[in-house]
Amino acid sequence: MGQNLYHKLYDSHVVGQLPSGQDQLFIGLHMCHEVTSPQAFAMLRENGLKVAYPERTFTTVDHIIPTTIEARQRPLQDKISEEMFTHIEKNSAENGITFFGPEKGQQGVIHVVMPEQGVTQPGMTIACGDSHTATHGAFGAIAFGIGTSQVADVLATQTMAASKLKVRKIEFTGKMKKGVYAKDVALAYINKLGVQGGVGYAYEFCGEMIENMSMEERMTICNMAIEGGARCGYINPDQTTYDYLKDLPYSPKGDAWDRAVAYWNSIASDADAEFDDIVIIDGADIDPYVTWGITPAQSVKIDEKLPAITSFDESEHLVLSEAYEYMGFKEGQDIKGVDIDVCFIGSCTNGRISDFEIAADILKGKKIASGIRAIAVPGSQQMQKEAEAKGLDKIFTDAGFEWRQAGCSMCLAMNPDKLKGREIAASTSNRNFKGRQGSTTGRTLLMSPAMVAVAALEGKVADIREYL
Amino acid sequence: MIVEIKTVKGSGVPLRGNDIDTDRIIPARFLKCVTFDGLGENAFADDIAALKEKGEEHPFRMPVYQNGSILVSNSNFGCGSSREHAPQALVRWGIKAIVAESYSEIFFGNCVSLGVPCFKIDHKGAEKLLTAIEANPSQEIELSIENKTLTMGDLKLNLILADGPRGQFMDGSWNARAGLLVNADKVAEKAKSLPYINNFAE
Repeated sequence: MGQNLYHKLYDSHVVGQLPSGQDQLFIGLHMCHEVTSPQAFAMLRENGLKVAYPERTFTTVDHIIPTTIEARQRPLQDKISEEMFTHIEKNSAENGITFFGPEKGQQGVIHVVMPEQGVTQPGMTIACGDSHTATHGAFGAIAFGIGTSQVADVLATQTMAASKLKVRKIEFTGKMKKGVYAKDVALAYINKLGVQGGVGYAYEFCGEMIENMSMEERMTICNMAIEGGARCGYINPDQTTYDYLKDLPYSPKGDAWDRAVAYWNSIASDADAEFDDIVIIDGADIDPYVTWGITPAQSVKIDEKLPAITSFDESEHLVLSEAYEYMGFKEGQDIKGVDIDVCFIGSCTNGRISDFEIAADILKGKKIASGIRAIAVPGSQQMQKEAEAKGLDKIFTDAGFEWRQAGCSMCLAMNPDKLKGREIAASTSNRNFKGRQGSTTGRTLLMSPAMVAVAALEGKVADIREYL
Repeated sequence: MIVEIKTVKGSGVPLRGNDIDTDRIIPARFLKCVTFDGLGENAFADDIAALKEKGEEHPFRMPVYQNGSILVSNSNFGCGSSREHAPQALVRWGIKAIVAESYSEIFFGNCVSLGVPCFKIDHKGAEKLLTAIEANPSQEIELSIENKTLTMGDLKLNLILADGPRGQFMDGSWNARAGLLVNADKVAEKAKSLPYINNFAE
């Protein structure tokens, strides 16, 4: 039997066994942002340790950075945000680490910036103090989130203690139907397998549908693996991967490119690779999804009614009643037609150029419903520049959206972009947890950028398929 | 410094519910900090406030649980973000060990790095334990890492803890850094063997 990508990469990155029985795993690429790294750099200083491989760590600032030009003026108005910003700049500079900062026009959401710079490459082990590091698996890498103590381990040794996961192959057959986007595919597999289904597993996403996806769509698929409980998700590298990487700033050039492609081809799962579990999802069963509850698995297809609590296993009843109570929804009601207050397009899930192009196509020449607060937040400064060159910013602002500067923005609201009170947001982000978008009673409905665009036009949850 | 953790003793804190995510354990606005100090007082801040509004009290605020150090919950505890701020907040509140039906992996790993054993228990056992703590909040619970057992008065339950982390707590290697640092030469060799290290230069 052949090997899958996860096993090939894991094995080739093991340095040795630790006394605990765990493996010492070499981390090929380490990324840091301002939220989970300051304490790690402090741990190094307190212990008199140096960053072992500074050239293998890259940093940016995304969670706390405001997304309006005025609010981004330094020093930031919020003192703690400014302190965090200063720490990531200083820690990077003092340790010889490359910082993708706003002054160079390279700043943005860490999971948008690293791929667009070509820093993220197939065949690497990738770690970052951020659970959505799973995103980078789209390139054929093992990429996962770590805690701050492990960030310190990686900084000090370029390794960490790890144990091998099981691997579940999720094969998507057929094509995406009209009105269905990568986000719907992600919400579909989480709906099917649950938020705990992936615990203990790495997910390999494959099949005709995945093969036909662009790199940006693949990143959306892998980004949400953690929402399904899987610490990492990946897609085998192919020509689409290589076409995306060619000529990016950090991509190998010339003869080195050919050697890189040979290596990347060698690490893909073998045709007869073994898996611990296999799940097949038919594209014909995937329609536009909207979450209605407080976990990303609590979702329905746009034309479905909200489920009866009794239709689930008894162990789920408590969290389902909690969800109904928090959201203020009723079993059996429609999700379509639910009034919304805020629209958010952006984040590491759906903050890339194609996401804004799709939404702009729908919004072009139209106006959003009155009373709706709508923001479009580019995933990176570079992407923002590209979008503006294509005139996308104008389409959004003409429609009534605010066009913002790059950052995590309202995905988790550690910056001025927040829901107020019980507002309901139609959001392209990844988590609908209680209080996630900055108001302790705020409500989040996750959906694709196209669905957020039609929700903005109607002022309520709507069906994109009626617009195609 | 090597600290071996073989038993944890203390009273319980019952926290019923599945999928209690890290945004609930420590809401994002409290992640604005450059040290972990002071996180304890904000653990479950939003859940506490939401319950207060309904005239109810969260276990983390109930006087009877203020000395508790063993957190008990249901399944998929700590799902969501990788923020170590979540276990840091629990530890700073006073939690020394957790017993729950299951955990998200990143949360579990973060707890190991902080020396906080996370035991698994089956659903029936969790319900028994939660009920026992609610009935007798101040009663001491003893967790044995070696035997993977819980004793609370007459109540004796078997717990699950994989051999890997169990060994790490027992021999003090849960703090992985020292073990990683000693292999610097092997790490350098490994780095050299990976074709991408020099961006595929010959």
